[in-house]
Amino acid sequence: MMNIKTPKKGRVRRELEKRAPKLVENGKKTLILQGIKTSSVLNAVLTQIYHLKRDSAVRYTRKNENIRPFESGGETSLEFFSLKTDCSLFVFGSHSKKRPDNLIMGRTYDHHIYDLVEVGVENFKTTESFTYDRKLAPKVGSKPFFAFIGEGFESVEELKHLKEVLLDLFRGEVVENLNLAGLDRAYICTAVSSNRVYFTHCALRLKKSGKIVPRMELVEVGPSMDLVVRRHRLPNDDLRKEAMKTAREQPKKKVKNVSEDAVQGKIGKIYIPDQQVGDMALPNKAKGVKRERREAKNKKGANEHISKKLKEDSNNAG
Amino acid sequence: MEAPKQFQIDLGNLMAFDSHHLFPSLPSSREELVKECLQKGTELVQAIADTLFNLSSTEDLDGPLVKLPPPTTKLPRSKHLPKPKPPTKWEEFAKKRGIKNRKKDKIVYDEQTGTWKRRHGYDRVDDDNDVPIIEAKMTDVPGEDPFAKRQADKKKRVEKQEKNRFQNLKEASKVGALPSHVQLAARALPITGTQAAPKKVSKEELGSVAGMAATATASGGKFDKKLPGEKPARREGKFRKFLPVAEGSGMGSQERLQTQEVLNKLISKNSHEILNVNKAVNMYNGKKEKKWRNQQGKSSLSTSSKLKPNKKPLKKPFKKGSSNKGSSKGGKST
Repeated sequence: MMNIKTPKKGRVRRELEKRAPKLVENGKKTLILQGIKTSSVLNAVLTQIYHLKRDSAVRYTRKNENIRPFESGGETSLEFFSLKTDCSLFVFGSHSKKRPDNLIMGRTYDHHIYDLVEVGVENFKTTESFTYDRKLAPKVGSKPFFAFIGEGFESVEELKHLKEVLLDLFRGEVVENLNLAGLDRAYICTAVSSNRVYFTHCALRLKKSGKIVPRMELVEVGPSMDLVVRRHRLPNDDLRKEAMKTAREQPKKKVKNVSEDAVQGKIGKIYIPDQQVGDMALPNKAKGVKRERREAKNKKGANEHISKKLKEDSNNAG
Repeated sequence: MEAPKQFQIDLGNLMAFDSHHLFPSLPSSREELVKECLQKGTELVQAIADTLFNLSSTEDLDGPLVKLPPPTTKLPRSKHLPKPKPPTKWEEFAKKRGIKNRKKDKIVYDEQTGTWKRRHGYDRVDDDNDVPIIEAKMTDVPGEDPFAKRQADKKKRVEKQEKNRFQNLKEASKVGALPSHVQLAARALPITGTQAAPKKVSKEELGSVAGMAATATASGGKFDKKLPGEKPARREGKFRKFLPVAEGSGMGSQERLQTQEVLNKLISKNSHEILNVNKAVNMYNGKKEKKWRNQQGKSSLSTSSKLKPNKKPLKKPFKKGSSNKGSSKGGKST
């Protein structure tokens, strides 16, 4: 015997609709969490990443001992969290003797692990350690520029994967219209060697140049670190094919109150509300309006302003 | 210096990729590396900005707005594509018959009152409570309440609709196209006849089930295959408790108690008596006492001892006239 359960509150219904699979998806959210042991460096890294992605990230601060993404049984907790918080990206930090300052960045598809990249963090510098003019600080949620330098990103399998994951993590919402005045950050990733990437976050300063295009200047502001790729897991081929499927172009939404006619062509309907002539505000302050207001004021204090009334009487007569 | 055209620019993501850059040798110091990275980064960002600012822009309140092209690097989706809903049974029928959906008016003319009333909701047309007269038809059976019949028909229609809706949702959930706000949940079975209500298993009980099953094996479940994500057992291996080495041999000593328990078990295993004598005697005595007390209470009220009820009324019903029975049963001797 089965029952149909529908939410009783509109808020719950709207939340469920937000999380339902859609043709064009919402921006991806990130889950930032940690394992049993973390170092101070790792804590700083995780908090800084959280600050970079403030609106679209969830930070868990408890220690999770049974999350081991690379082992077959250790991902159930992660998948559960991903389901509960509706996050499809995660950054998992852990510290051990074998893998110090370890960051595992991963993605989920349908709340199951899709792919993983494990990097070690070295030479980490926090945002506070950089000195710069505070006015340049990039605003939260602005769309960043990306620069990937080095042929390693094309030739080395792991770096290719890392490039994709970094792009997914930091790119923010996919927008159609961009305000050029709001561009103020850039992420620079340089492949120093076949397994090391120098990752840094810079603010942009647009300087006047003679042309329309301003001259760009980068000022290092944000966290900078060396990422050493340790392990990675690519998705299965068929899972990858399914995840990369794109929907066909959506049929254009019907425009309301517009119709096509063979004789007249395109016709539109305009609905005008009824005019309330009496209640409308007059554009020019006519003399009559002023007089009415004065009279209304006088009625309130009629006992005191007898003289003024006399004046008005003379005005009325004139 | 490479020409900017050699960068791979993805404008939708504001990304530039220089695939030709090679570090011939690792730069000597960290600052050198940083400087070179920033320099190259500036070049790339400048290249993107060149293309970006040359796009047609519209003036807006905060600044120039540019229409970005869709991103070229393909990234995986986070959820599957939504599956199309399978047509409901009515939709299939309508398609087959060519029935088109006609838009219904919200306000309908009510014949009875002669006014325009809404079709559904408060003060609607043809409400069950409002019909004053129902004309009799040839097909009507006398003795049947037509008003009640109307209500019963409506109820049946509503139930049928619910059933159909449920079937449609089941079909949709089979394909995986259940609407986001609907959940099909298993309902608890109704209690029928002698079936007891199924007890809800608590979290602790569920957690200890595996442990209980483990005691069936000689090694205490140590080598049992575990599911992914299953927590290790609370007690590993066979649980054995050993008595302390040095202890007194008085009344409460554990060794004495242990041997006593073992002996009792052995004796009771080998004895063929089903009856627990002590318990039976206590029960009998208790019952006897209770009856005595009741008798004492009743004797103050009743008049003749002969009319007193039998001690075992269930077995033979008391007959007032028959003195035979009364005397043979060993009732109260006067």
